Amino acid sequence: MISIENVSKSFVLHNQGATEIPVMQNASLTVAVGECVALVGASGAGKSTLMRMIYGNYLTVTGRILVGDVDVAAAAPREIIHLRRHTLGYVSQFLRVVPRVSTLDVVAEPLLATGTPREDANIIAQSLLARLNIPERLWSLSPTTFSGGEQQRVNIARGFAYPYPALLLDEPTASLDPANCATVLAMISEAKLRGAAIIGIFHDNAAREEICDRQLDVTKYTLGLAA
Amino acid sequence: MTPLLQVENIAKFYGARIGCTDVSFDLYPGEVMGIVGESGSGKSTLLNCLAGHLTPDDGSVQFDTRAEGLRDTITMSEPERRMLSRTDWAFVHQHARDGLRMNVSAGGNVGERLMAINARHYGDIRGSAIDWLGRVEISEDRIDDRPTAFSGGMQQRLQIARNLVTGPRLVFMDEPTGGLDVSVQARLLDLLRGLVREMNLSAIIVTHDLAVVRLLADRLMVMKDGHVIETGLTDQVLDDPQHAYTQLLVSSVLQV
Repeated sequence: MISIENVSKSFVLHNQGATEIPVMQNASLTVAVGECVALVGASGAGKSTLMRMIYGNYLTVTGRILVGDVDVAAAAPREIIHLRRHTLGYVSQFLRVVPRVSTLDVVAEPLLATGTPREDANIIAQSLLARLNIPERLWSLSPTTFSGGEQQRVNIARGFAYPYPALLLDEPTASLDPANCATVLAMISEAKLRGAAIIGIFHDNAAREEICDRQLDVTKYTLGLAA
Repeated sequence: MTPLLQVENIAKFYGARIGCTDVSFDLYPGEVMGIVGESGSGKSTLLNCLAGHLTPDDGSVQFDTRAEGLRDTITMSEPERRMLSRTDWAFVHQHARDGLRMNVSAGGNVGERLMAINARHYGDIRGSAIDWLGRVEISEDRIDDRPTAFSGGMQQRLQIARNLVTGPRLVFMDEPTGGLDVSVQARLLDLLRGLVREMNLSAIIVTHDLAVVRLLADRLMVMKDGHVIETGLTDQVLDDPQHAYTQLLVSSVLQV
């Protein structure tokens, strides 16, 4: 489902003496349907950079990143928007939403964007929020005022609302208590069962062992470059 | 799918000075494009060329009209262009008073656009006006008040209601949230996003507020000195800017 071939990335800081910082060289990875692969490596090794390149958030300098049949490294913005809407989900570490939009609407949005009727989208969003232990009295409030853990769970609910065939998870269990962590892991395995190809970053070793089929140490593509 | 708007090599000069030049892009139904850049970079000049307020010196702006498909709006006749700007186009000005009639009631402001496309039934027109005032969160009992009695945020929302009541397909916005306090800005952003999704609107938004484009626009165009220097997915341009000026722009934003 996801196939990464020889991708490289560097940043050029034009306003700081045109410094070129190479951060990744010749990274390759394939993820099959129903498989979960963990990216590992020390902080700053390039795990999130690779993930952002797959999502099209960072430009790829060389190489190919195939998600389904779209090459993210070469696709036009419009194709990437379509890909993100229908194929590739992303749970980031940070919740970024329009202020004053209710939590329920935030979670239902990916469904509305893909044409799910309002009532159905609300039902799915409600069940996800309930499952992730967000109290019902908070559903009508904006998540911008929530605690870190609550925001993360809203983010996860949003990321899992639509059944994306491919998912990127950036530390989905980082600030969760054991019970919620178990719920999130259960949701990930359900996604695997329905055939989602998943790439994740997990700092929690136990969680990684439990959910991931393989792991890839990104350090071998970034050795001597970043640090 | 055909693009709703196809812009090719638009250029506008003010004497020897460049307003904007070499601007080309496509916009598809349901897409929102942001244009950012510093003051004087040519973004408003470009928007006014696209919306038919200024005549560009070069280039073409093809719009997918309902009746005849793609037509160049620069070479079409003035009455045709005016018809478009009353029906399929909407233009939201930075200052609401530029887009409203300040001495006509709120209901009249909304109804006027409908009458311009031959709505004549008073009850229907008032009904639509009430419906749209509700959508932009202006209470029904303010329908007979003039915009002069409204706050700045309400005026801006009224301007949006007036513009969208005819079901346009393309909305031009010039700094729609400029000069509004942040809580009103947020409500307006949410409103615009909902409308874009529900009505499959396309929009071109000129702003210098990067937070606004991040939340509203799918694609981003960065302008400097009349030239487009960088384009791409909004979050990609903001998170991994390639051009020196874009890097400067992004890194200059103050964090709250």
